[in-house]
Amino acid sequence: MHQKTLVELAAGLRDGQFSSEELTRTCLERLRRFDAGLNSFITVTETESLVQAQAADTRIRAGEAGPLTGIPYAHKDIFCTRGVRTSCGSRMLDNFIAPYDATVTRKLHEAGMVMLGKTNMDEFAMGSSNETSWYGPVRNPWNPERVPGGSSGGSAASVAARLVPASTGTDTGGSIRQPAALCGITGLKPTYGRVSRYGMIAFASSLDQGGTFTRSAEDAALLLAAMAGFDTRDSTSVERPVDDYTATLDDPLKGLRIGVPMEYFDTGLDAAVGAAIEAALAEYRKLGAEVIEISLPNTHLSVPAYYVVAPAECSSNLSRFDGVRFGYRVADPQDLQDLYERSRGEGFGAEVKRRILIGTYALSAGYYDAYYLKAQQVRRLIREEFMHAFEDVDVIMGPTTPSTAFRLGEKADDPVSMYLSDIYTIAANLAGLPGMSIPVGFADGMPVGLHVVGNYFAEARLLNTAHRYQQVTDWHTHCPTGYE
Amino acid sequence: MSLDAADVEKIAHLARLGIDAGDIPDYCRNLSDILAFVEQLNAVDTAGVEPLAHPLEATQRLRPDRVTETDERDHFQQVAPQTEAGLYLVPKVIE
Repeated sequence: MHQKTLVELAAGLRDGQFSSEELTRTCLERLRRFDAGLNSFITVTETESLVQAQAADTRIRAGEAGPLTGIPYAHKDIFCTRGVRTSCGSRMLDNFIAPYDATVTRKLHEAGMVMLGKTNMDEFAMGSSNETSWYGPVRNPWNPERVPGGSSGGSAASVAARLVPASTGTDTGGSIRQPAALCGITGLKPTYGRVSRYGMIAFASSLDQGGTFTRSAEDAALLLAAMAGFDTRDSTSVERPVDDYTATLDDPLKGLRIGVPMEYFDTGLDAAVGAAIEAALAEYRKLGAEVIEISLPNTHLSVPAYYVVAPAECSSNLSRFDGVRFGYRVADPQDLQDLYERSRGEGFGAEVKRRILIGTYALSAGYYDAYYLKAQQVRRLIREEFMHAFEDVDVIMGPTTPSTAFRLGEKADDPVSMYLSDIYTIAANLAGLPGMSIPVGFADGMPVGLHVVGNYFAEARLLNTAHRYQQVTDWHTHCPTGYE
Repeated sequence: MSLDAADVEKIAHLARLGIDAGDIPDYCRNLSDILAFVEQLNAVDTAGVEPLAHPLEATQRLRPDRVTETDERDHFQQVAPQTEAGLYLVPKVIE
């Protein structure tokens, strides 16, 4: 049952082969058995999940089920869940029981999905390895000595380990796509504004976007359809109808123009990863696509631009955590200054503090023009480069990451080295474009992901592109040893 | 751009962020490394380029100024560390 896709599970539930309660109990059982070795969950909502499953079974029996009714999922602990701890992977919110549901939480609940729990993540979504969490690191199911990627490491690991068939994530610089690549699953970050950010704890407001982890593009289409949509409560939500993502999944790829940036294949890319990407591109040619070499000369600027913009926005967003209205408060504050400084000093971890400091500096008087404004100008150049490329190609492909999953602790003391692991994914966030990562092979026994970027609101095209590949290959069905 | 201890302390104060004196050398090093890394942006000619704050260049959506939400203060204050009469309590500010 744990190897079934969302599509198969929906059919099985509808046909009465099994109930949502049985399915939920199976997932909970696997969670109990395996999660001590992965640490992918911060909070498990066992009692509530069974209540939700029973309610789903009632709907299914009444013939009122939707495509996702009764299906368990894991929810990144960045989404507010009413009555359930929402920690954002931080000591700062360890005691925070969210008083309201995020829009995404509400939508998935209305679709009848069963929430098993809240997944582990890098603290406040800042990280690429899930090593900065207050709750300890998450381990990669393919090799427990390696990172699952971040910041949505728990969501990725739980799907890769088949603890749940789907999970939610968020992506600000690659935090869905990179863990999807390192864990061998399918991750999707939609266009900025496609999925509501209401109740999704903010890191960098102009970059954050909620998205999906599944084991196939076909499943991602189902989950995205439930998550996407205009929301009046999110002032950056886009007023645009949600496409029918499943309708065009099977469209042939004949004539699809795939742009491959030459800048992505330099010395920074691991040779074995590059070989897996080339093999994937060969499959796409067999499917009828045309692979065209393009140039994105500003590629090298995305990481530095991001590491000005994102910390700047985070320093503003995280100023709300002050020990006054919610979250961690230091004991015996001497005065207001002490309350702020020690609550924040003790509540936040080292990487979060680093980014708040960089961001504060970049926005401070005398430096705003030199850093923040400059970075936003470079951001426009990066976006224009993509717009220019999309005049000649339909999608842009390359490796999702420069290497496979690195070892736990390997990059912990070198922030800049950690930042560079996002080199391929970050530009899509700066430009607001949709992106996916799909598994396309292995290098040294560890998964390799192919990164696919589309034009604004081209999620249907991305899903179709990924699905057709998954119909003629089986990388996405590979399961880590021990989790079969 | 290299930051020294005084710089780090000043920025930490702006951010109301308590940092241990013992950690200051590490912060100096890490922050200076990050700033050196982002220096690359200065080599780019951005004369006449408008900053891009929002990926889709959207502007703030407005709505009619009518009350549409209900007062949930009591509910939201349940997660507060210290409240009284609907107010949030902090250490005395004015002597």
